[in-house]
Amino acid sequence: MSIDNSIVRKVGKLAKIKIKESEENKLLDELNNILGWVDELKKVDTEGVEPMLSVFNESMNMREDKSDSKFSNNLITKNSPEKKAGFFVVPKVVE
Amino acid sequence: MSFFIEGDTGKWEVVLGLEVHAQIKSNSKLFSTASTEWGSDPNTQVELVDCGMPGALPVINEFCVDQAILTGLSINAEINEKSIFDRKNYFYPDLPQGYQISQFEFPIVGNGFLMIQTEEGEKRIGITRLHLEQDAGKSIHDQDINNTLIDLNRSGCALMEIVSEPDLRSPEEAALYVKKLRSILRCIGSCDGNMEKGNLRADVNVSVRKPHSEMGTRCEIKNVNSIKFIQQAIEYEARRQVEIIESGKKIIQETRLFDPNKGETRSMRGKEESHDYRYFPDPDLPPLMISKAKIEELKRSLPELPDEKKSRFISEYSLTNYDAEVLTDDQYVSNFFEEVAKNRDSKLVVSWISVELFSYLKKNSIELSESKITPKKIAGLLDYIISGKISNRQAKELFEPYLKSNLEAKDFIEKMGVEQVSDEGEIEGLINRVLQENPKMVEDYKNGKDKLFGFFVGQVMKESKGKANPQVVNKILKDKLA
Repeated sequence: MSIDNSIVRKVGKLAKIKIKESEENKLLDELNNILGWVDELKKVDTEGVEPMLSVFNESMNMREDKSDSKFSNNLITKNSPEKKAGFFVVPKVVE
Repeated sequence: MSFFIEGDTGKWEVVLGLEVHAQIKSNSKLFSTASTEWGSDPNTQVELVDCGMPGALPVINEFCVDQAILTGLSINAEINEKSIFDRKNYFYPDLPQGYQISQFEFPIVGNGFLMIQTEEGEKRIGITRLHLEQDAGKSIHDQDINNTLIDLNRSGCALMEIVSEPDLRSPEEAALYVKKLRSILRCIGSCDGNMEKGNLRADVNVSVRKPHSEMGTRCEIKNVNSIKFIQQAIEYEARRQVEIIESGKKIIQETRLFDPNKGETRSMRGKEESHDYRYFPDPDLPPLMISKAKIEELKRSLPELPDEKKSRFISEYSLTNYDAEVLTDDQYVSNFFEEVAKNRDSKLVVSWISVELFSYLKKNSIELSESKITPKKIAGLLDYIISGKISNRQAKELFEPYLKSNLEAKDFIEKMGVEQVSDEGEIEGLINRVLQENPKMVEDYKNGKDKLFGFFVGQVMKESKGKANPQVVNKILKDKLA
């Protein structure tokens, strides 16, 4: 499998990364290299092998349902460029 | 009653599937210890995971896992002993992580079903899956003309997404499905089912087709938060689709919003591009393994579910299917009923609860659980009817003022002076007086004017100010006039 420039632009857009036209071909080669490697891996016969769902073989740890809100509004909104009445302020998102 | 949309080219069938989002009634969030309490000041219940701080690691809440398993068991579903959390990637200001932790290929709960009671009988609605995921924060668009305000208190709260098969065929069936699901969630306590607070909301997939033909292209109506709106949105959307197809155009698969004020759905253009979610397993989270022993233990802890209760009510109290469904929809109501029905005629109790009491509640727009009406209060009045001290008709007249008063049945009835007189001696005295005062009528009656019997009864009732027991009056009057 290989991709063309339009897919590179789409991936950039989905990831909200600005890609200069001059960078496109370089990224295209890199991504196609990765995809080529995946194609190589696909050649391994995995018939009858249970899919590996994670590289960890143990179950996740669980915690008790106890609530503890340690951070004040001031701390949580501290890095926000703009705030108002305890809210984060962002440019208007039109629905 | 099958539901069809009548178009210019004939009948159209509506095909519906629902994705219900139910917020789990936990103290803390799915992956953080922040509180889930409703109505707090903005951004006061936010841990580092919930605001997407780099390096903050999610740790799952065991209670939420248990609730998902319990819910799975009560919708007759398989519980997967191994499940995986994935990242669903998209950019939106109320999603600080840039992804939602959700489950994609390997959800915690697999295939299940539930039964709904339609007019034509019971219908099985398939459930594809139930998975756990984080809720997003809240965007407020109407407080500031130029900006959107963000509150992250809801960010990271635990949701169960319950996805149905496209088995529903009418707005009514969709409503019945949501009601049934809600009563199950409330019964086991995994979600409070409060749709006004958004703790239960649905995405509705709507498509139309000619009967017995291939499935049509569907549109998804997002985030509908009342059963009435779900019905209205489906009705509108199905008609819109029929009009488009009949005018020779094609349905475009898209996400739409329901506007309750206008009663219509509209396209959420612009959100389409972001629908490429690029799911991948969350590297912060190992698989979620659930032992058979835990599943068994949870199964044993399940309370009597609405359907089990319904069957029991039908056999134990000889209720009709319909009455049993109405009384088991809500646990508070079913407990109330059982309390009142203890050692009392269940037919009488059903009619007083599901007819008189429910219409009183509806008229006053309150839920039984919110009202101060106790089973003892209702039982007290019914005992007066059962013992014949007041008539059914009197009880109906007194019902509303009685419920509004703080008095017990005994005190209320004494105060109103309505206790029925069944004492034969007292009634005989009244009858004698009426007959003496109307000698002409008595003669006419004896000469064959049978209709006058009603007149005498009326006079006696008037003399007694409505308190005489009509059955006793009838009996004595018949003897006297014979």
